[in-house]
Amino acid sequence: MEHFVFTHNVKVAIVLLYAFVFLLFGIVKIAQIATKKDLDNIWIRVKSFFFICLFFTAAFCFNKIVAFLFLMLISYLSLKEFFSLIPTRKTDRKVLWWAYLSIPASYYIVYIQWATLFYLFIPLYMFILISVRMVMSSNTEGFLKNLAVIQYGLMTTVYALGYLGMIAVVPMQYNPKGGCLGLLFYILVLTVANDFIQMFCGKALGKHKIIPKVSPNKTWEGFIGGVIGTTILSVVMAYFLTPFTLLQSVFGGAVLAIFGFFGDVTMSAIKRDLGVKDTSTLIPGHGGILDRLDSLLFTAPLFFHYFAYLNSIVFARG
Amino acid sequence: MFYRFLKYITFTFFIKPFIYLVFGVNVSGADNLPKVSREASIIVANHNSHFDTLILMSLFSGSQILKIHPVAAADYFCDTKFKTFVFTKLLGVIPISRKVKKASKEELFKDINEPLRAGETIIIYPEGTRGNDNTLAEFKSGVAHIAKMNPDIPVVPCYINGPDRILPKGSFLFVPFIADVYISEPVYYDNTSTKEFTERIRSEVEKLKEEHKRREEL
Repeated sequence: MEHFVFTHNVKVAIVLLYAFVFLLFGIVKIAQIATKKDLDNIWIRVKSFFFICLFFTAAFCFNKIVAFLFLMLISYLSLKEFFSLIPTRKTDRKVLWWAYLSIPASYYIVYIQWATLFYLFIPLYMFILISVRMVMSSNTEGFLKNLAVIQYGLMTTVYALGYLGMIAVVPMQYNPKGGCLGLLFYILVLTVANDFIQMFCGKALGKHKIIPKVSPNKTWEGFIGGVIGTTILSVVMAYFLTPFTLLQSVFGGAVLAIFGFFGDVTMSAIKRDLGVKDTSTLIPGHGGILDRLDSLLFTAPLFFHYFAYLNSIVFARG
Repeated sequence: MFYRFLKYITFTFFIKPFIYLVFGVNVSGADNLPKVSREASIIVANHNSHFDTLILMSLFSGSQILKIHPVAAADYFCDTKFKTFVFTKLLGVIPISRKVKKASKEELFKDINEPLRAGETIIIYPEGTRGNDNTLAEFKSGVAHIAKMNPDIPVVPCYINGPDRILPKGSFLFVPFIADVYISEPVYYDNTSTKEFTERIRSEVEKLKEEHKRREEL
């Protein structure tokens, strides 16, 4: 059974993360006592965040198979949430099953490190397969729209999230400081931190709205604050967890912050289009799993390809 | 005793994990959930799929589920010995005949009144059968008759959205979707006619359906 390598730096990083979460708990508790305001909402959010951290750490502690089952579960819950949000046709029930079945297939391909097939599996082969199965139901009413929506669901929840799996199979030799867990830690924490810093800066300084029609809470101040804050954090974390040079980590951090923002507002636009506030109530205080993962849908693939480009990664099966 | 244990195991280790992991349930109005461990109640809901019952029962804890009995058609659920065992013993179904015999009301509702008076809860679908395309059919008057005979037992109207996509009538392959359950405040039989009371329950379920639509159009 293949296990993940926890390097010294990764262990320290995880301990620091938990220290930070407990610090948050402390701050909220003290603020609650000092201001006598009802901060239960924030308390629930921090608590949910703590459990998210716990689940992730636990999943990667055992072995590779457990970690991949965990990633598959995340993809499954996201896809289910997506299908529950959109209107679907009765004739597409079997098509939806094919879509669900692409999750184990896709993660198996990642697991055996057949990178080139993974790059093509959802965008090309599932694209063909879904069309074939849908044609067989011979219902042309709303055909193109439903085809496109199902393919979009697969692209976001299976393909984009599948890149977490791709990062998890990066061979140790490309990142001696942190291994694949260092890379995963870097991308996950940076994406979540970006959301947090953007929200924080937006609440504290926000005046000029960027795209009020899509997301009224997003401001230029929050966005720029997010880019600066995330870039600084990126430089610090990259030094300990990745092989990036200073320039590479600055560029990487800025790109992740910008596209994390776009992932966030894209999901907002989709929700606005569908007329819902949250994608579900799965994570108390945060909304649905897609609400939480929205930025990651863009940052995970981008980060992987950035890293693969800089290090000319070659996988076991090409 | 043994069958109660079996029912507990079935729900706690198989049905509930299955419902929550594979489908997922959003509950609205959870405060209105009847306190089944303390008092009897009549849960009333719209009916589109076999999953309605499993989802409703999964809202309760394992020991509470022991006190809940869905009312179901004997000719459909108990036509073979195996089905009779699964539905009455494992799921706690109360089978009732859909053919109305000429009998006194008390005799007709005996199988339902007995558990109710013993403090157990029943789930009943007043539409009488599963509907298509999530439409709300006319309610049959049975619930009103039961409520009239037991005026101090609360009737809890629920609206379930989603099972019609999970497993519609006539389909054999379920598809994972998240289900929504809306629960409204309990109503009691108010000494009007059974017809009016039936209408009242239906309008409560209709209201919950409207609430769901509003949420979707937010």
